[in-house]
Amino acid sequence: MVKSSNDKSLYGQIRMEKVFKRTLIGIAIFLIVLTVGFFITLVQQSMPSIKALGFSFLFGKIWDPVSDIYGAYPFLLGTLLTSFLALAISIPFSFSIAIFLGEYAPKGWLSEILKNIVELIAAVPSVIYGFWGLFVLVPIVRSFETSIGVLPYGIGIFTSSLILAIMIIPYAASLGREMIRMVPSSLKEGAYSLGATRFEVIKTVILPYTKSGLFAGVLLSLGRALAETMAVTMVIGNSSAIPTSIFAPGNTMASVIANEFTEAASTVYLSSLIELGLFLFVVTVIINLIGKTIIKRFTNE
Amino acid sequence: MNSNISAGVKYRIGKSGFFKGAIIFFSFLCALPLFAILIYIAKEGITKINWAFFVNVPAPVGEAGGGIANALVGSLIIVAVAAIIAIPIGIMGGIYLSENRNSRLASWARFSVDIMQGTPSIVIGIVIYFWVVKPMGQLTNGNYTFTALSGSIALAMMMLPIVVRSTEETLKLLPPTLKEAGLALGLPYHKVILKIILPCGISGVLSGVILSVARIAGETAPLLFTAFGNSYFTTNIMKPMQSLPLLIFNYATSPYEDWHDLAWGASLILLVWVLLLNIITKIATRRWKVQL
Repeated sequence: MVKSSNDKSLYGQIRMEKVFKRTLIGIAIFLIVLTVGFFITLVQQSMPSIKALGFSFLFGKIWDPVSDIYGAYPFLLGTLLTSFLALAISIPFSFSIAIFLGEYAPKGWLSEILKNIVELIAAVPSVIYGFWGLFVLVPIVRSFETSIGVLPYGIGIFTSSLILAIMIIPYAASLGREMIRMVPSSLKEGAYSLGATRFEVIKTVILPYTKSGLFAGVLLSLGRALAETMAVTMVIGNSSAIPTSIFAPGNTMASVIANEFTEAASTVYLSSLIELGLFLFVVTVIINLIGKTIIKRFTNE
Repeated sequence: MNSNISAGVKYRIGKSGFFKGAIIFFSFLCALPLFAILIYIAKEGITKINWAFFVNVPAPVGEAGGGIANALVGSLIIVAVAAIIAIPIGIMGGIYLSENRNSRLASWARFSVDIMQGTPSIVIGIVIYFWVVKPMGQLTNGNYTFTALSGSIALAMMMLPIVVRSTEETLKLLPPTLKEAGLALGLPYHKVILKIILPCGISGVLSGVILSVARIAGETAPLLFTAFGNSYFTTNIMKPMQSLPLLIFNYATSPYEDWHDLAWGASLILLVWVLLLNIITKIATRRWKVQL
């Protein structure tokens, strides 16, 4: 009697075990289905615009929903300009932080403070960056533009790049720090024993050794900059014309989606916005995957 | 001759010192915009916050005494529902990936999670619009279109990869002897995982969860086409709902001074909330760190 009830609970346990294992497998499959579904949905929903416009969509210079003309070129240009400008501004800062935390002061109160600062920069929500940018940075940029004699919009590509530059610093910085820490100390000591100064060790040993890792950090920052929506939407000025200079207002792919998605009335209008989203999705995913592959290869070496 | 060499060495040492100075200068220059933002938000926000600010809904333009109760409650509900959806799936996914490191399914699942992590938040908003908002509108003849629930699902999609990866990374570090000891005692597999492995890694899992909540708490883009925003108070997750980041975005870009004030106050609350979550993550990591 006792034995059979024991058996029963044993069978129950074994059944539970099977259910548990199947649930785990089910969830793994679910994760894959979710991602594939993402891609399929985007392709499916952008089909009307792909069919109607074809390749002319990406290079069309005019975006005018009222007369049913959809060309994504202004947004492509806006996205590339803001992202690369932001990257160029942020790299000196993020590499400095990486070198400081990885080489000069891996421990101690000063690096603890800097580490917290970097984490804070990453933690502030993007809508707050946008809000601050709109009310503090825009007037500053406007007076700067007046002083150099260009049209003082205030808002525009340049302002967005500044905000983006602040936001993407943590990504390249924290990854770069990890990479610089992984440089074998024997290499550095070898250089020191040959009489190299610290600067020479950094220039001739650390940077060449970590260059692929630092590049991966830059890629992740770039991915982040391309995809950033809210802060950019708030300060870029939302103009669908091709930006004439870096101080002119413009639009990025993400910001035009954020602004016009709920207003898009016609099928082609909506689906051309989704096609922008699809394009953004594919580009950022590829950039992220390349970055991650480099990191994986670097850490396995 | 001798003095010549030392001049060269001096130059090199000087260059090294200059470089170090430049590195430190650039490193700490980043603090400038950060503190400028924090101080500005604190200064602008603190004067707008009073009791009415927490308990009232936004007043119509021109009337004094509006608050952000709808956004506060809305944010809490949307984030809580997102967490309820994402945490179990994320932890189970992480368990699967750490238990099956080399299977083909695991490597595809890991790849999918990588893709999800790199997906722009605005794109998540688009997809959830077509997966949840539109079908729900068609099924109910337009009674339910933009809902807080769809916003939660969109945010859950953002949480999921973070929870999966942090769970996986944490559990991978646990020694295999722990699991073997449990199995050797005759414990069934699910008990070994749920009662031994998971509790041992709880600090890492928990910090991943809190960090992911901190990240989605400030997200706006996925909510634009899902939760949509609502200027009235509601706790019904089948209705459009306001959240703090949405309110900040909508009111900051509006032309009204009163609404800007509300947005400043809301920014301070959101900032404090997100920073608190980050601090809690740190404490959780430190306190429950398993000594192995």
